[in-house]
Amino acid sequence: MKKVLIPLVLFIGLVVFLAVGLKRDPREIPSPLIGKPAPHFTLFTLEKGDAKFSPVDMQGQVWMLNVWATWCVACREEHPVLVAFAEKNQVPIVGLSYKEIQPQDPAYKAPFDEKLKLARERSEVWLKRHGNPYVTSVMDLDGRVGINYGVYGVPETYVIDKAGVIRYKFVGAVSPALLAEKILPLIAELNKS
Amino acid sequence: MKRVWMNGALNGVYALSVSMAIWCAPQTALAQATAASSGLAAGREAPLMAEDPKLEARLVDISQELRCLVCQNESLASSHAELADDLRREVRELIRSGKSDQEIKDFLVARYGDFVLYRPEVKPLTWVLWFGPFLLLVIAAVGLGMYLRQRRALAAPAVLSDEARERAKQLLKG
Repeated sequence: MKKVLIPLVLFIGLVVFLAVGLKRDPREIPSPLIGKPAPHFTLFTLEKGDAKFSPVDMQGQVWMLNVWATWCVACREEHPVLVAFAEKNQVPIVGLSYKEIQPQDPAYKAPFDEKLKLARERSEVWLKRHGNPYVTSVMDLDGRVGINYGVYGVPETYVIDKAGVIRYKFVGAVSPALLAEKILPLIAELNKS
Repeated sequence: MKRVWMNGALNGVYALSVSMAIWCAPQTALAQATAASSGLAAGREAPLMAEDPKLEARLVDISQELRCLVCQNESLASSHAELADDLRREVRELIRSGKSDQEIKDFLVARYGDFVLYRPEVKPLTWVLWFGPFLLLVIAAVGLGMYLRQRRALAAPAVLSDEARERAKQLLKG
């Protein structure tokens, strides 16, 4: 009996480990930024002109930062979810347009102003077609702000509290279930304090 | 039921490899194409090897110790992913501004976590990682020792009784 039982228990243990390992997403890396102040930045917005946005502008309210780009395929899946969510006006979503002009793009080497103009045009067209869930979208052309936020794949979503501290980060396309079960309760809790 | 689960798992693995391929492969191809048309401004940041060999050597040294977040089994030194390019650019600038290797690693850890280090620091959170294998080895050694002792007890040298010895003698004589 013991002869069968011990290998069986070991085997089941191994299977459980492997099964859990299979189901885990290796792209999901815990962010060290949770609980830390959102890194500061000042960037041009999608709207024309020289107006700039900084996270300080959102001080005093709970908000979401959503990293996106028109070239990002998973964003297309996520976008309708965000648009529907934004219509409920529960929390302002700021877009971070991440490296809109890609290195393989002929315009990549163009001067900054030209790149900004092109990126704004492309983003605007895309948002017109797919809907705009953002209160504003900031243009991170060289991806530096993305690096400061630990972005390694688009889309990514951050929840930032009234004091400007990052409370939650999600890598990948946000689903209605995630919004309802995780993000909304968190926002409600953060709004109370 | 079981088959469905297996399919799900396999699909997951497949989707993962495809998405990895999307992130990693075109970049690799592009890098090779750029390398082939050496010297031409082919729309990518030119490799700065010639400009400052010392800086590049340090960049390679540091980035070999760092993991690329996109193609996770590649180091930052060897990855062709776009993010790796950007991160190498950051590291280059940090080297230029006179930061030490440790400061540069701290910069990346602050943003991407211990995961970027191929050799994470030894601290309570990484104890399992560092000492777990040795603990398993010790457990296995103890288990083996116990098992062997048990076997030896089972196979205790059988002492022949006088009677049996006598019989054996008889048999051998024929």
